[in-house]
Amino acid sequence: MNVRTEQRIAFTVLFACTLLVVMPVLVVLAIIFAKGYTALTPEFLFGMPENGMNAGGILPAILGTLYLVLGAIVFAVPLGVLSAIYLVEYSRDNAISRLIKLAIVNLAGVPSVVYGLFGLGIFVIFLDFGVSILSGSLTLGIMILPVIITASREALESVPRSFRIVSFSLGASRWQTIRHAVLPHALPGILTGTILGLGRAAGETAPILFTVAAFYLPALPASVFDQTMALPYHLYVISTQVPGIREDFRFGTALVLLLLVLLLNLAAIILRTRFRKKKRW
Amino acid sequence: MNLRKIREAVIERGIFVSGITSIIIVLLIFVFLLKEGLSIFLSVNPLDFLFGEFWYPISEPPQFGVLPLIIGSLFVTLGAAVISVPIGVASALYIAEIAPPRTKETLKAGIELLAAIPSVVIGFIGMVTLGPWIKELFGLSTGLTALTGSITLAFMAMPTIVSIAEDAVTAVPRQYREAAVAMGATKWQTTWRIVAFAARPGMFAAIMLGIGRVIGETMAVMMVTGNAALIPHSILQPVRTLTATIAAEMGESVQGGEHYAALFAIGIVLFVITFLINGVADWYLHRTTGK
Repeated sequence: MNVRTEQRIAFTVLFACTLLVVMPVLVVLAIIFAKGYTALTPEFLFGMPENGMNAGGILPAILGTLYLVLGAIVFAVPLGVLSAIYLVEYSRDNAISRLIKLAIVNLAGVPSVVYGLFGLGIFVIFLDFGVSILSGSLTLGIMILPVIITASREALESVPRSFRIVSFSLGASRWQTIRHAVLPHALPGILTGTILGLGRAAGETAPILFTVAAFYLPALPASVFDQTMALPYHLYVISTQVPGIREDFRFGTALVLLLLVLLLNLAAIILRTRFRKKKRW
Repeated sequence: MNLRKIREAVIERGIFVSGITSIIIVLLIFVFLLKEGLSIFLSVNPLDFLFGEFWYPISEPPQFGVLPLIIGSLFVTLGAAVISVPIGVASALYIAEIAPPRTKETLKAGIELLAAIPSVVIGFIGMVTLGPWIKELFGLSTGLTALTGSITLAFMAMPTIVSIAEDAVTAVPRQYREAAVAMGATKWQTTWRIVAFAARPGMFAAIMLGIGRVIGETMAVMMVTGNAALIPHSILQPVRTLTATIAAEMGESVQGGEHYAALFAIGIVLFVITFLINGVADWYLHRTTGK
């Protein structure tokens, strides 16, 4: 076979494979949108569930997911950013820093259901927070910690060394240098990581199964020690556990969750591209 | 002046403590899994646990053999790997070597979005579209089978495989390509025989991490594999994975009971498996960057 023909065939196959990887996003979005958009009424988005989930809306699930995600971020962002600062600005390449990096890699790979077990063991039972928003938020927070640390590390590492040297030479201390010469330039990168973490926390179901999620609650949660409904768990329950739920409600719930997560990720991608273009060093 | 020094000392102490949180959390996860799970081995021999053929946690007397679940996970994972590895590696090569810059950015964004779709949404779609389709195609009584799980999970592994393999391909030094082209190789010959060959360790790591993602996946797999805790004889039968068992049964188990401990013990098995996979993958990744 002619090498040119061979190349043309090979490139076509590779391109087809790439399409196969990317297409599902559009297909999934199209199917869910087509069957779910009719459900997106104000009543559905802002109403309480009624009549065994076959009427009313999913407000408690939407609010519950927002609470959980905010709780996770409040816990994970400070911890993750400080952890990244330690790795980039303080630690030398020694046993501890290598061990930390190995731990982060492994945290990123721990199955989400194992986080659920861990959250059940430590927060619900050992610390006696019960099945509550607090337990669920902390579990989700620990799960997204590697996302935040990795993004913050990259952001800090992308700040040129010369910024630090100039700051030191003006007599600034190490912390002053980090605070005033490094962090402001790393902020967009850290924000990108935070948004990605938000998206991840919003979509996960397994970690909240045993730590917070409730199938149905007649009232909205009043404190962080209450259980709450949550979007991903709600979708799981109405699509597998309860037969006979209206189709548009199932697809509508999936659509709300999908849009929430995809928009967060899209925002992160756009923010990152903007930031890269603006950088002048 | 002194106040500032004290304040900075406090901040730096806090930074150090935050720095080692990851290590503390990994240890805590392991400790709590052991704390809740080890008691099962007081009543069940560890070998019977791992190689027992029957998982009947609520029978009288209960049987806690996780072999059907391990085989279920293995079936689904191997199936997903067979589908996702060739496609993933091919698209990594396309994106890294062939796609023009603008297309490249769009494709990478698309793959990032695929990775972002919540697993419960993917499971839902697999359940309502792929399941009925497979049922029809093979004339089965149920479309929720190991194959359905494999196909669904293949799409969840691909973003991991593509993005890490793409990094590995991009990291191959330019001189390799220039040398190949100077010798008269076509773009495709260079890509396949030189660049892909040089990027092998990174690709291997990408595949390992993709498989790690599949083994740990819970919600999607629970929704599409039919959840029968029996040793499957064909890929067209329902199976139940390690992860799905924990998620499906924890709610029914009594806290502190045998069943409860057995589910935590499955968690230990999963934790050890993913720890090994990630460790090996990380080692391979560092071998490539170290050169």
